[in-house]
Amino acid sequence: MMWLIFRRELRVAFRKGAEIINPLWFFLIVITLFPLGIGPEPQMLARIAPGVIWVAALLSSLLAMERLFRDDWQDGGLEQLMLMPLPLPAVVLAKVGAHWVVTGLPLLLLSPLVALLLGLDFHSWQVMALTLLLGTPTLSFLGAIGVGLTVGLRRGGVLLSLLVLPLTIPLLIFATAALDAASMNLPVNGYMAILGAFLAGSATLGPFATAAALRVSVQ
Amino acid sequence: MLDAQNLTCVRDERVLFQALSFTVCSGDVVQIAGPNGAGKTSLLRILCGLASMETGQVCWRETPLRRDREGYHRELLWLGHQPGVKNVMTADENLRFFHADSDQQARWQALEAVGLVGYEDVPAAQLSAGQQRRVALARLWLSKAPLWILDEPFTALDVSGVEKLTQRFEFHAARGGMVVLTTHQPLRPMSCPLRCITLAPGVMEEGA
Repeated sequence: MMWLIFRRELRVAFRKGAEIINPLWFFLIVITLFPLGIGPEPQMLARIAPGVIWVAALLSSLLAMERLFRDDWQDGGLEQLMLMPLPLPAVVLAKVGAHWVVTGLPLLLLSPLVALLLGLDFHSWQVMALTLLLGTPTLSFLGAIGVGLTVGLRRGGVLLSLLVLPLTIPLLIFATAALDAASMNLPVNGYMAILGAFLAGSATLGPFATAAALRVSVQ
Repeated sequence: MLDAQNLTCVRDERVLFQALSFTVCSGDVVQIAGPNGAGKTSLLRILCGLASMETGQVCWRETPLRRDREGYHRELLWLGHQPGVKNVMTADENLRFFHADSDQQARWQALEAVGLVGYEDVPAAQLSAGQQRRVALARLWLSKAPLWILDEPFTALDVSGVEKLTQRFEFHAARGGMVVLTTHQPLRPMSCPLRCITLAPGVMEEGA
């Protein structure tokens, strides 16, 4: 049943190509704008790279977030999903999983290009890819709660960013700290453990919170 | 089977209905009637478990809804105002998602029954609003759920569509199924007992 929802979500997403491409394009453009604005000195770029990458990833994931439940809300599909013979948190888990595959995973695939643009070495790229691998699903799970709460509102977008961005601050701090440590050849295991813990926490608790938020929104 | 006990619904500090109790048994077709804004859709959403009520509870097979949602959902088919049809997917794909156990022949027969022959592989976005509704209604020909809760199923249907749907209700009721629906159109006399629950501000009556 979850697999069915997952597959349908992927199919719908791939048929609306623009919704996947836009956030990726945004991510790339923001990152290429920084060297243009600040100057192309490799040392300077290496210094700001962690922050730039992660802020761009945060904003682009926020850009894509709204589509998670908005279309379902508009065409009545959300009610049908809520009446599936499946616990609502499981439905949410399937939807968020599919959402991550179309919005988070591509960021990971783009990361070698980004590393090249910002002049990162191979080790830094590895750590960056690892932080994205652990961090972007966390963003999706946290964002889903906000989307669940704002889905019924007419202009939910601004409110969504106000709700979700503060929650992502710890993620931003530890992910960029890991990248900083990597650039100084210090161990990053501790940071990765914390990012992993964030992911485990949001993946287990997030769907329940999202389900509760959806029940409030769909009244 | 489906018991509504002492339901009260308040929206924006306005009481839509209060202390409403009724039972839907096997083979019943129940029409919820009333003027616009009387709370018909709210009542149906409460029966589905989508909306919350001020007081009272809804029981399915003697079990309160919130205790066994999944079991209830397995036996429930809900069609609301919006058809719940994904417009980037074809009619056939939409039906396949909701009824994964059906084979293609059954799905195409269901689409034929609602007059969508030749539209099986057309993305729903290219269908008209009425045709999209028909795609959703085709689920009535595939569903094995005993309880159908339908909000305005006759909207945007032509005369022959209404007749086909009414026949389907008769068939479902004869099989032991239950239909709860709202409509503003008078239903033609049916072979099965039709009950009408009229919601009017302040007045609740149940007529046969």
